[in-house]
Amino acid sequence: MKVKTPSKLEKILAAGHLAVTSECGPPRGSDMEKISEKAELIKDYVDAINITDNQTSVTRMCSLAACIRLKLMGLEPVLQMVTRDRNRIALQSDILGAAAFDIHNILCLSGDHQSFGDCAQGQNVHDLDSMQLAQTVRLMRDEAKFLGGGDISRPPQMFVGAAANPFADPFEIRVPRLAKKIAAGVEFIQTQCIYNMEKFELWLQIAGDRGLLDNVYILAGVTPFKSAGMAKYMKNRVPGIEVPDELVKRMSDTPKEKQAEEGVKICIEQIQHLKEIKGVHGFHVMAIEWEEMVPEIVKASGLYPRPSVE
Amino acid sequence: MRLQYPSNIQIILVPCTGKVDVIHMLHAFEKGADGVYVVGCMEGDCHFNSGNLRARKRVEQVRKILDTINIGGERVQMYNLSSSEGLRFTQFAIEMNERILKLGPNPIKRAADKAA
Amino acid sequence: MIVADRKPVEEIIEEVKDHDKILILGCNECVTVCEAGGKKEVAVLASVLRMHFLNQGQTVRIDERTLQRQCDHEYLEEVRDIIDQYNAVVSLACGVGVQFMAEKYHATPVYPGVNTVFMGVTEERGLWTERCQGCGECILARTGGICPISRCAKRVLNGPCGGSTKGSCEIHKDVVCAWQLIVERLKALDRFDDYEKLSALKDWSTDRAGGPRKVVREDLQDESKDT
Repeated sequence: MKVKTPSKLEKILAAGHLAVTSECGPPRGSDMEKISEKAELIKDYVDAINITDNQTSVTRMCSLAACIRLKLMGLEPVLQMVTRDRNRIALQSDILGAAAFDIHNILCLSGDHQSFGDCAQGQNVHDLDSMQLAQTVRLMRDEAKFLGGGDISRPPQMFVGAAANPFADPFEIRVPRLAKKIAAGVEFIQTQCIYNMEKFELWLQIAGDRGLLDNVYILAGVTPFKSAGMAKYMKNRVPGIEVPDELVKRMSDTPKEKQAEEGVKICIEQIQHLKEIKGVHGFHVMAIEWEEMVPEIVKASGLYPRPSVE
Repeated sequence: MRLQYPSNIQIILVPCTGKVDVIHMLHAFEKGADGVYVVGCMEGDCHFNSGNLRARKRVEQVRKILDTINIGGERVQMYNLSSSEGLRFTQFAIEMNERILKLGPNPIKRAADKAA
Repeated sequence: MIVADRKPVEEIIEEVKDHDKILILGCNECVTVCEAGGKKEVAVLASVLRMHFLNQGQTVRIDERTLQRQCDHEYLEEVRDIIDQYNAVVSLACGVGVQFMAEKYHATPVYPGVNTVFMGVTEERGLWTERCQGCGECILARTGGICPISRCAKRVLNGPCGGSTKGSCEIHKDVVCAWQLIVERLKALDRFDDYEKLSALKDWSTDRAGGPRKVVREDLQDESKDT
């Protein structure tokens, strides 16, 4: 695929390298050092760092401010943006704000429902949905136009991403949904955490058969288990995540003090396996509140050192 | 069986306790009743399937209302028995009568007397 | 219909506690069907209020009346000749009726006796669920007759979102995922291919966002009024 933006992530993918991304959640406060510390831990092991946007609807420092911080550190941020909290005026405005700091990657999401967070009594906006947000970014970038039709001076240069969950229900629409996102202008996908390899491969195969994988880069999402408890929680409590029984058993059968180690081992095995699958263009390593494990996972998976691009 | 039950109880016959509405019970209290209890068939044995279950829910509603306006939710009660249990009918009557005697008159009645 | 739910008695008592001539005014339409504000509910509330005030030692007149509708002039006019007998009205109509009453009888305080909740259906007795939010530009033709605006917690027009699990919404397993229903319905209609049509950005100016709305039908308006 032709490179359309100055995004380093896009260039790495276009050059045929397996990309690696990870993510940081901004703090529940205004201390920027928290962001810098997390970023320092992982910066040499990933190509870009997602900054979450009030994830699980818990109020945090804004994604844009934290992305700017990464940019000032010379790193490559992926601005996550949910449609839950902003209408189309605010979304376009924030996109321009990010563009002003040459933030070149955006991940378009709808966001968890606010009832999960600390402002369950708040309104939600959902003026646009995630696909329409992707369309909006593409319009702003490719046509240099606002939704209202006006011209944008110095339009955003953003590589447009979205999430995909091959495991959500109903399965039969998972590939059509990917097709829709691509049609909306999505250029890269970061998937939900993959534990059910068979189902993920089936999803990729159907997508490949439809020719969809020629038009989008798929970064496979992986998350190491910190404990058997976490594996069970992910299996039973997190909507849209499928954890096979044998993985839960493997974690549970491991002595407590060795579980974290086993979780990392499973994660590395998963990456090794996924690397061989056609259509996987990279990895999104989501080590939830466990960023310090990212370097080890990346190194042990043979994804280090990271390539450099122009 | 000629069983005696307290004479201050006025029996109102209905075809099924499902016929007894919240408003009937409230009106009884408004008119000065000190207590109201509804005696229905055994749960599961309603000739109309769920009349007695509806009655129970309505009694519960009235109980909440009476508590809210400080008249006393315990003045209303649902009982169930089968048609052959005359003895239980008497037991319920005695039990309810004792409870109401302990609670004293419906406060509405006193307030109304005072107002008059 | 418009679905309403009864307000707690305590709240209504608090609303009317300073009045001594109160009319409880029901409505024979939607709120009767959803058993929140019809003749029967008027009787219950009136009885409760009478007992409450009596118990407080207050002499308060509480009367009952139920109109055919409270959202039309002609029915609201029916209380014109008695309204001056009261210094408060508790309307058990939906918020529409309460407001129309307040507009019509400018000097009489009108209090809401119900919480107006949504436009919906009776799934079974005692269970009402939402179907429409009156967005002003119906898209049901495109979504197989199932509305993602009123039935999806995120009103996504290109759903489902990632939180849909086994047919349920992420907010609660008892909430059906609207997009699961849409997909099933499109399949039943042999229109599954339509799922892949991207839904364009919605014009919300016909929705609440555009400000108070009105429908004008000149063909129905009384011409003698114009001149």
